[in-house]
Amino acid sequence: MSDAATSRPAGEVVLAARNIAKSYNGVRALKGVNFDIHRGQVTTLFGENGAGKSTLMKILSGVVQPTSGEIVLDGQPIVFSSSTDARNHGISIIHQELSLAPNLSVRDNIFMGREITGPTGVNYAEEERQVRRLLAELEEDIDPLTPVEELRLGQQQIVEIARALSVDSRILIMDEPTSALSATEVEVLFSVIRDLTAKGVSIVYISHHLEEALQITDHAVVLRDGNMTAYAPRADIDLEWIVRNMVGENYDLGSPPTGHDFGPVMLSIRELTVPDPAGGGYNVVDRMSLDVRAGEIVCIYGLMGAGRTELLETVAGKLSATSGEIVLEGKEISHLPIGERISRGLALVPEDRQRYGLVQTMSVGQNLSLASIMEFTRGIFTSVKLERALVQKSIRDVTVKTDGPDVPIGSLSGGNQQKVVIGKMLATDPKVILLDEPSRGIDIGAKAEVFRILAHHAAAGQAVVFTTSEVNECLSIAHRIIIMRRGRISAEFTSDITKEKIMAASGEAMAA
Amino acid sequence: MTQPSANGISSPAAAVRGTTISPIKLLLKGRAFFALIAIIIVFSFLSPNYLTVSNLLIMSSHVAIYGILAIGMLVVILSGGIDLSVGSILALCGVVAGALMQGVKLTPLGVILFPPVWAVVVLTCALGALLGALNGILIAWFRVPAFVTTLGVMYMARGIALLQTNGLTYNNLAGRPELGNTGFDWLGFNRLFGVPISVLVLAALAVLTGLMLSRSSFGRWLYAAGGNENAADLSGVPVKRVKITVYTLSGILSAIAGLVLSSQLTSAGPTAGTTYELTAIAAVVIGGAALTGGRGTVRGTMLGAFVIGFLSDGLVIIGVSSYWQTVFTGAVIVLAVLMNTIQYGARGIRQ
Repeated sequence: MSDAATSRPAGEVVLAARNIAKSYNGVRALKGVNFDIHRGQVTTLFGENGAGKSTLMKILSGVVQPTSGEIVLDGQPIVFSSSTDARNHGISIIHQELSLAPNLSVRDNIFMGREITGPTGVNYAEEERQVRRLLAELEEDIDPLTPVEELRLGQQQIVEIARALSVDSRILIMDEPTSALSATEVEVLFSVIRDLTAKGVSIVYISHHLEEALQITDHAVVLRDGNMTAYAPRADIDLEWIVRNMVGENYDLGSPPTGHDFGPVMLSIRELTVPDPAGGGYNVVDRMSLDVRAGEIVCIYGLMGAGRTELLETVAGKLSATSGEIVLEGKEISHLPIGERISRGLALVPEDRQRYGLVQTMSVGQNLSLASIMEFTRGIFTSVKLERALVQKSIRDVTVKTDGPDVPIGSLSGGNQQKVVIGKMLATDPKVILLDEPSRGIDIGAKAEVFRILAHHAAAGQAVVFTTSEVNECLSIAHRIIIMRRGRISAEFTSDITKEKIMAASGEAMAA
Repeated sequence: MTQPSANGISSPAAAVRGTTISPIKLLLKGRAFFALIAIIIVFSFLSPNYLTVSNLLIMSSHVAIYGILAIGMLVVILSGGIDLSVGSILALCGVVAGALMQGVKLTPLGVILFPPVWAVVVLTCALGALLGALNGILIAWFRVPAFVTTLGVMYMARGIALLQTNGLTYNNLAGRPELGNTGFDWLGFNRLFGVPISVLVLAALAVLTGLMLSRSSFGRWLYAAGGNENAADLSGVPVKRVKITVYTLSGILSAIAGLVLSSQLTSAGPTAGTTYELTAIAAVVIGGAALTGGRGTVRGTMLGAFVIGFLSDGLVIIGVSSYWQTVFTGAVIVLAVLMNTIQYGARGIRQ
């Protein structure tokens, strides 16, 4: 770590990935990636969900081991046995998913696993002093003794950043550090990054906010589908270059289906208010109203924490609202349990398919039929024949690539697993289908297929509501684009809107 | 046999995979079955009396108690829970049945009521259901962890059983012909076509539960709720109702086991069934069920119960001390869980 202070010409390569490949259960997440990290500069990784960015960062920080290829540190090949090992070599990472212990205080989280100890045990006073200094540097007014669970998401992210800064790393990897930050907090973070690079620290940066990343980066690396597709210094690139390399040439998520008239209002949300399910004491959905008509596709766009997930979960019956109405086909449904809402024609495809979508112990077929069990139950027994027919129809309907309905669900690729979750809810023959981030973590081909399926169902008269955090997806099949910000609708557009306006309305665009 | 029998669907592809399975995988999958065969073979060599029809039937009637408890434990474990109260519910139901057989004193009327045996059975099962439902409601509605809830009920039921009898045992369960309440020993002693009634009860309960798990919508709900409660909930599965139902079923089955046991012993004591909950859990685990829920079959659990029963009875027959029996049973359980880990771990379930 100490040799970070020795003088070396700026731009020297400190860490390099050489032909790095990684497979998970036979799925190739990375297919031989090369790239360099330069001393005292910011290198940004661009790529869609599932392009392999996070996997690459986990390899560079020792969290996972590559299947093949090598990491070169200061010109010497090196193998990191663990993240602690990597940290001892001056490499630390700010994870995309927060890796904090919610029950512990900010101080204890920042020094977790490397407590400052003295003859009388942990030196809490010294830890607290260092935490105060770090938080002051980040211009964040948080008491070091506050339990992390009492902080809002953005503040938790700051704590995560503070923890990485506390290690005095020479290479700092930031995986989506700004996803929950306000514009002011992002500005502060950027000034901290500039200070760090001036001191010779190398930064690897990952962000979905392309404009934001362009402000800070010195080099751009673009990943697509596990391959590195482009590499260039900041001076040579612009937004259009990034998007072109990220998504490839023939990138088409479809267009809003036309040729059918919208039917009557199927789903009507009236003045809906939902308190923070984590007990934050504020409303994640704040007196929001929305009508969706039969045959219409509505996209809800917003940043993390805008309340999109909570809105859909409340409509589906997982969370309960404190006030407001949810009306399906003219009938108030807020008092009904989830199963009853499903049988009345309301289906939710949840965001996190591993936690909320799939039953991992069941087969593909059993997952597909899970929401429609009563459809193939005759008397007290289920009918094998009827279930089989339903499953086969679903597999065709959502084009699941599987070796048959009896294979374990875990044997499918991410995209096909997502199609199973969607197929399961479509099998209930819903009138309104809600999808929370249906494209999350699936490859571009599967994404296009998912949108094609949704467009097809809308044309058949179903009302479709989906959320996304990728602007490109708003501009695909949606007839109407709703921008959510802090639990409310901040803007509403038709499909001919530009990306810039969407991002501005979501509070995403910086002073640009 | 460790595949969820909820596999209502089968395909030619699955059949093909079944035939191409490697010997080691087959051994791993059918481990409870092979263990049972091995136990029978070994003890047959050690004792000429082991492999006789009469001994097998006697051992089976011992297995019936654990087996009935294990069926209840299986449905609870499939839901992702645990039920530590089954041994105590067994004892409480046993002594309540015993008390009912002694007659209920209605002091204000100055009469003693002797309910017929069928009424004793119904009332006892109702008590088991009530205690099970109490477990289920605390767990499903009030979100008390299953381990803690059933631990509490385990102590309470045991305590009430001791209070009820003042620590003593009811020895006279035969009833008297002039009171019309004879026949309690039928469960434990009689045979139908040469098979002890208790074994037939076990078989009937196993078949019914097997059908429920593999063919009813409730069975599918149960596997889903145990496999991923969140996903099941969002798919419209009434998860709370499923949980309350499985604990209620477990309570009823404990009551039935209590009736069978006190009938076999012709006595009902408040300390009966101590640590039986652990034997039942062991049977379920040896049968290949996952303690995390969602995986397990009645067939596996029955094999697990027979492995434990035939092993401990075999050790008795060849004259091994009961202390060693405990050691052997423990070793079998650890081995079974180790195999579960290998089997489910190898499949690489990624979160």
